[in-house]
Amino acid sequence: MQLDAKIPAGPIADKWDSHRFDVKLVNPANKRKFSVIVVGTGLAGASAAATLGELGYRVKAFTFHDSPRRAHSIAAQGGINAAKNYHNDGDSVFRLFYDTVKGGDYRSREANVYRLAQVSGEIIDQATAQGVPFAREYGGLLDNRSFGGAQVSRTFYARGQTGQQLLLGAYQAMARQVHEGSVDLHTKSEMLDLVTEGGRAVGIVTRDLGTGEISSHSAHAVVLATGGYSNAFFLSTNAKACNVSAIWRAHRKGALFANPCYTQIHPTCIPQSDDFQSKLTLMSESLRNDGRIWVPVEADDERPPNEIAEDERDYYLERRYPAFGNLVPRDVASRAAKGMIDAGLGIGPRRNGVYLDFATAIGRLGRDAIEAKYGNLFEMYANITGEDPYAVPMRIYPAPHYTMGGLWVDYNLMTTVPGLYAIGEANFSDHGANRLGASALMQGLADGYFVLPNTISDYLAPLLGVQPPPTDHPAFTQAVADVTGRVDGLLAVKGTRTVDWFHRQLGKILWDYCGMARNRAGLEKAISEIRALREEFQTDVRVLGGGETLNLSLERAGRVADFFELGELMCRDALYREESAGGHFREEHQTDEGEALRDDDRFAHVAAWGWNGPDRDPSLTVEQLQFEHVKLAQRSYK
Amino acid sequence: MDLTLKVWRQDGPQDAGRFETYSAESISEDMSFLEMLDVVNERLVEEGTEPIAFDSDCREGICGTCGLMIDGQAHGPQRATATCQLHMRSYRDGDEITIEPWRAAAFPIMKDLVVDRSPFDRIVEAGGFITAPTGSAPDANLIPVPKEDSDLAFEAAACIGCGACVAACPNGAAQLFTAAKLAHLNLLPQGQPERYQRTEAMVDEMESYFGSCTNHGECQAACPKDISIDFIALLNRDYGKAKFSGRRKRAD
Ligand SMILES: Cc1cc2nc3c(=O)[nH]c(=O)nc-3n(C[C@H](O)[C@H](O)[C@H](O)COP(=O)(O)OP(=O)(O)OC[C@H]3O[C@@H](n4cnc5c(N)ncnc54)[C@H](O)[C@@H]3O)c2cc1C
Repeated sequence: MQLDAKIPAGPIADKWDSHRFDVKLVNPANKRKFSVIVVGTGLAGASAAATLGELGYRVKAFTFHDSPRRAHSIAAQGGINAAKNYHNDGDSVFRLFYDTVKGGDYRSREANVYRLAQVSGEIIDQATAQGVPFAREYGGLLDNRSFGGAQVSRTFYARGQTGQQLLLGAYQAMARQVHEGSVDLHTKSEMLDLVTEGGRAVGIVTRDLGTGEISSHSAHAVVLATGGYSNAFFLSTNAKACNVSAIWRAHRKGALFANPCYTQIHPTCIPQSDDFQSKLTLMSESLRNDGRIWVPVEADDERPPNEIAEDERDYYLERRYPAFGNLVPRDVASRAAKGMIDAGLGIGPRRNGVYLDFATAIGRLGRDAIEAKYGNLFEMYANITGEDPYAVPMRIYPAPHYTMGGLWVDYNLMTTVPGLYAIGEANFSDHGANRLGASALMQGLADGYFVLPNTISDYLAPLLGVQPPPTDHPAFTQAVADVTGRVDGLLAVKGTRTVDWFHRQLGKILWDYCGMARNRAGLEKAISEIRALREEFQTDVRVLGGGETLNLSLERAGRVADFFELGELMCRDALYREESAGGHFREEHQTDEGEALRDDDRFAHVAAWGWNGPDRDPSLTVEQLQFEHVKLAQRSYK
Repeated sequence: MDLTLKVWRQDGPQDAGRFETYSAESISEDMSFLEMLDVVNERLVEEGTEPIAFDSDCREGICGTCGLMIDGQAHGPQRATATCQLHMRSYRDGDEITIEPWRAAAFPIMKDLVVDRSPFDRIVEAGGFITAPTGSAPDANLIPVPKEDSDLAFEAAACIGCGACVAACPNGAAQLFTAAKLAHLNLLPQGQPERYQRTEAMVDEMESYFGSCTNHGECQAACPKDISIDFIALLNRDYGKAKFSGRRKRAD
């Protein structure tokens, strides 16, 4: 297979404009003749469904949540980037573009990232018009803060609840379309398969999570906005229900999966406290604006942190990266923390953390100022740990957080299956090998509000007058039979171990061998262990209850089954990529100082994998990346 | 610590339901309440009993998915805390804990501790938005918003839609939920053009599902986000104005 990214010709600053001029349009009166399925109603999906509905398309939106407002986007804390340059501190579209490409360790597609930076400002305008209560200064204008990997203040925020407020904005815009009748919303409906016909995406099969009813839905195009797959690790900062099944099912139907090994481990999460921990809680990156990270100079220092004198502390990020200090990108900060803990310098009861200390900031700005900025995060921390972060430093440790990999998409955000689009965290597009903080909200909303609604007509326009196959077409009945077979199969195993047990085992394998540091032997071991565990799952998982009611174990079992296949592909991709780039750190490839060492001659490309069956090797197709505007360089934050 | 749980079990919407007693053993105080239930569920499955169905997702207190009546209190004993953020250090060895679903006419039970809260979405669909089609927005700094107004709007907007206010209300009213959304939008300059129309539509929709507010104030006490009942006063005032101007329009 050849991958054509469909990058428009011409100077980078003009590509998006000229592309919008070149795409085929559907005239306003004809839009209602087209139906579009949007799976997922997080930031990406809700913004897309709302906008497509406003344009006049007939939209069917699906979420497995009981309300769109519960999507995982709601949990995003710190903020959203935009090149507004409201602070006159040297920001520009080009700088946001440059920072994002560099932050991604030169593994993203320049044209997409440039467009992202171009539309970033409009997102802030749009959200403000919807009533998103962004933080303001006393003069009434919008406030900004800084995030990692940038030396300007371009992050807009709503206390520590930016994702919540942006999602409510998008959800409410979609609710208006539901009211108008242009969006038909299906909650508690989980997509369990993609339906293709003649090589095109024509619909989906869903299961109603309340009644267990399996149904088919057909449309002219299908958009997947189903989020990321960090929960492959079991313990992550993602909501419990986040999963890979929608894009994995699409992958099995022909959509190539790009860079699955690019996973982001976030440096500031609350460390695991016991073996029953169900998830890890993020402490927003924004805290690194005012918090200072340190460990004791001596290993196994048992004293409480406040008794350790200044000269007995190692503020290792400030020491190693004076230019960016505590605000180095996430991959760099996470690896540095791992290094400290591996060297025996970890703190806390399990020796599994480093300190994030606000004493200096509280001294300088006062407790009230810190409370106004981060109050809800401090409260959450106190709730979870039982410690008061105003009085003692927070304990933090890296945790799986975000996945840069996802379905391969072209400049139009279409996957390799015609008519199938992927937006938001579900696609691979803009973050290369490492995402900068506050850029996921930006990308999800760019895709949903501004990109997809402008590109989808290019695919739809030639289909005017063509009806998608009806739901009694064999393509649908076959997909329904497959789904029913899978559901019944899981219920029929009647083994001895719970779904969560298997998921924890899988997570541990991935964390140990495909986490913050990877090497050949470990990855090979992981692949064989995952295969063995998958076989055990198929013969020994225990899912009680039936398929015709609400059955949470059954839902989870289906998702974990897909995580096994994905987990293996993550390891294969990590094994293939014999370089270190961003979040992907191969121990064999590092500089003398332990920084990631890329191999641009061999790997300045996207690795897109094709499905060949559960027991056959996947096939690899590469998209060569061209860097014409950003010079490839060893990243330096010193 | 070891605990005894009395848990509401109900096979489906039509089932009558009953309490079952389970023991929760070797629970650590660092666990969250839901992790304690996870442990109980793992054991139930091992014993061949169907696990207790309960809703949760982010487990960070922001998605609003979880919500249990714990010893008769919505989200349990800790003030301004969602169930998922309640930790077992609030309990002592030997405690007996009663766990029920939200009980409200507008929230039918789907199974065990899971209820259907979709009427909240209907209220938002009726008018809980500012009409601003994508692409039509002016520059974000064109309309300065006084910081106090924007902060107050934010406090209302912090509602997580969990339904604790309804479950805690003796009348099963949804005034606090509706008032929070109205205050968020009605306090901002962007929300002014549709202010009264929005208020009327949302309140009327609310009344078609939920009971009436008689100022018990239980909603505020149960709210995990500490949303103030003062917003209900704003709702009442705006609703009065909306009805008044509506009557005037009809009379013209
Ligand atoms: C704790 C935390 C904090 C974060 N903070 C920030 C931040 O400050 N700034 C930033 O830029 N980014 C942040 N991120 C990242 C960002 O929140 C996410 O990348 C982004 O919100 C993803 O949005 P999405 O719309 O792609 O997916 P999601 O919000 O995950 O939505 C997925 C949707 O798909 C639906 N779905 C999934 N599968 C199916 C299926 N099979 N059938 C039906 N429906 C399905 C779900 O119901 C849901 O509606 C944070 C992430 C976490 C975990």
